[in-house]
Amino acid sequence: MFGIFGATLLLSLREIRRHLMRSFLTTLGIIIGVAAVITMVTLGNGVTASVKEDISSLGANVYIIFPVRTERGSPRPFDEADVNAVANQIAGVEAAAGSASAAATAFHNGQNWSTSVNGVNNEFLRAQSIDLAEGRSFTAAEETAGQNVCILGPKVREAIFVPDVSPLGEEMRLDSVSCTVIGVLEERGQGGGGRDEDNVVMMPLKTVQRRFTGDDTIQFFVVKYDAAYSSASIQTGLIDLLRERRLLQEGQENDFNIIDTAQVNQALGTAIGALTGMVAAIAAISLLVGGIGIMNIMLVSVTERTREIGIRLAIGALAKEVQLQFLTEAVVLCCLGGLVGIVLAFGLSFGLAAAVGVPFVFDPMINILSFIFSAAMGIIFGYYPARRASKLDPIDALRHE
Amino acid sequence: MSSDPLIQLEGITKTFGSGDAAFQALKGVDMSIERGDFVAVMGPSGSGKSTTMNILGCLDIPTSGIFRFRGTEVQSLTRDQRSLLRRRYLGFVFQGFNLLARTTALENVELPLLYRGESKAERRKAGLRALDMVGLVPWAGHTPAELSGGQQQRVAIARALVTQPDVLLADEPTGNLDSERSIEIMELLTELNQSGITVLMVTHEEEMAAFAKTIVRFRDGVVERIESGTRSAQITEASG
Ligand SMILES: Nc1ncnc2c1ncn2[C@@H]1O[C@H](COP(=O)(O)OP(=O)(O)OP(=O)(O)O)[C@@H](O)[C@H]1O
Ligand SMILES: [Mg+2]
Repeated sequence: MFGIFGATLLLSLREIRRHLMRSFLTTLGIIIGVAAVITMVTLGNGVTASVKEDISSLGANVYIIFPVRTERGSPRPFDEADVNAVANQIAGVEAAAGSASAAATAFHNGQNWSTSVNGVNNEFLRAQSIDLAEGRSFTAAEETAGQNVCILGPKVREAIFVPDVSPLGEEMRLDSVSCTVIGVLEERGQGGGGRDEDNVVMMPLKTVQRRFTGDDTIQFFVVKYDAAYSSASIQTGLIDLLRERRLLQEGQENDFNIIDTAQVNQALGTAIGALTGMVAAIAAISLLVGGIGIMNIMLVSVTERTREIGIRLAIGALAKEVQLQFLTEAVVLCCLGGLVGIVLAFGLSFGLAAAVGVPFVFDPMINILSFIFSAAMGIIFGYYPARRASKLDPIDALRHE
Repeated sequence: MSSDPLIQLEGITKTFGSGDAAFQALKGVDMSIERGDFVAVMGPSGSGKSTTMNILGCLDIPTSGIFRFRGTEVQSLTRDQRSLLRRRYLGFVFQGFNLLARTTALENVELPLLYRGESKAERRKAGLRALDMVGLVPWAGHTPAELSGGQQQRVAIARALVTQPDVLLADEPTGNLDSERSIEIMELLTELNQSGITVLMVTHEEEMAAFAKTIVRFRDGVVERIESGTRSAQITEASG
């Protein structure tokens, strides 16, 4: 049995080589289908991974709350009292921390660099999972007194400090405010809205409010909550509390926005699920078209090789052996198409991922699935032509010119 | 069982088509062939020789009548059962070579063994032995397009022989050959017959029929006459 199977396999490879161009064109549908599916899924994985990373840089189980414009006027900022109220009055909230920022020019060593100064405290750094590459974060005394200490973003450090020499303890100036460097942030890359998270200088919130913004407002604040509580109930509590504090009347719309990182994550999952479904549908159509192409060529091949089939039947081949031969040929053709598609997809998704700037996430599952699917196409669309070949009458087939 | 004839035809008819277009190619053929015979089938074109050969070769079934091969009634077998009979007991040399194109002589000869499930090594050995019998070992790697008509016919005979069949059926094996090549083929068939294979051959030429032990003459879809051939006499003359 193996003998005939091995020989059948060799035979189909030879037959494919004999009509190399035709075989290639025949399998083009499968090649394109497989390559498209794998490329889309691989790129999708890359996008998901990169967005997930962005989101996790916001911290898990975190709300970001910021004022928004309404028809009544421009955004009204929050203040320290709002943040404290949220931290103390809502069950399930673990911490709340605000941030105020301003544009500033950093000076050091006779060099300058434009950046932004962010007023935050340690709570904020923790909630946002912002880590330090070197040095330390603020002490409680520095925060309450609003001392002039700063933590550098890596871009700022690179721009105006001497490389390979620790900047810790150095004095620098932000606009007219001088401060002591106590730490350097870890690299974080592009943030939401295209902000460069690395070109920043962190100072205690108090310091920034007093020396830069000149009031006690904060631009947005983050709320870290306990995952054991339902996000919906905390949000309801938040909205009620903030509406009350901001004196909103019944029927007036909220003049602030709450972003839930968990919700964003979920929405992203749904969006990617829908995208995957669409890709699958397109792939199914493309593969169907490819499969019909295979069937068409196999039928042509059966007609062309009627005499050969007649000879095989006449010297004692069973119907099922002839059927196996043509089925094998279709399956081998489709599998080769699938392999070419996989190789093509590898190069394509690697290149595209690099071009778009998302990580290349190789997914073995989709590759294996695509290959199995190609083989299945061969069986489905090779079946009818193979059956037709096996049903030929040997005498008629031998007479065929 | 061994006293039964190898092949027995009783009242075989064959009708092609149906209704107005129906054509009765065989109108009741009776004959029996013993083991070891060398039969030449002759008759005018359209008299039903090929039709009979196809039935004998289990490629086709009669419309009515009984065809016994080794005691088995072939007309009631399925297609695949007839295929099994062919691969086990029969070698068929077709009118017009019918070799696989772009496939070497050796591979053509090995083909029937493939369907018997024999190993590659066995196939190679038996294939070369069969090519040796027809004197074509040096051409083993050539494709039909690179062989002369006579060589192609000898490859076809080697393919029919490779399974060591009981019966060799040949439909006009010399039809496409000049008389020198034809005689070579006839000598080969005679040798095979002497080694114990029953040979049935269709021919138009009396010169070729002269090699046979028995001559069956067809006319209009029936057996007109069965004669004993001249070969035994020739052989006696030659040796006497
Ligand atoms: N498949 C078929 N369909 C219809 N008619 C057929 C078919 N095969 C054979 N015939 C007819 O049956 C008759 C006998 O044909 P057959 O091929 O047996 O003749 P033959 O004796 O071999 O002739 P030749 O010497 O020309 O080969 C012919 O008239 C032929 O036209
Ligand atoms: Mg004929």
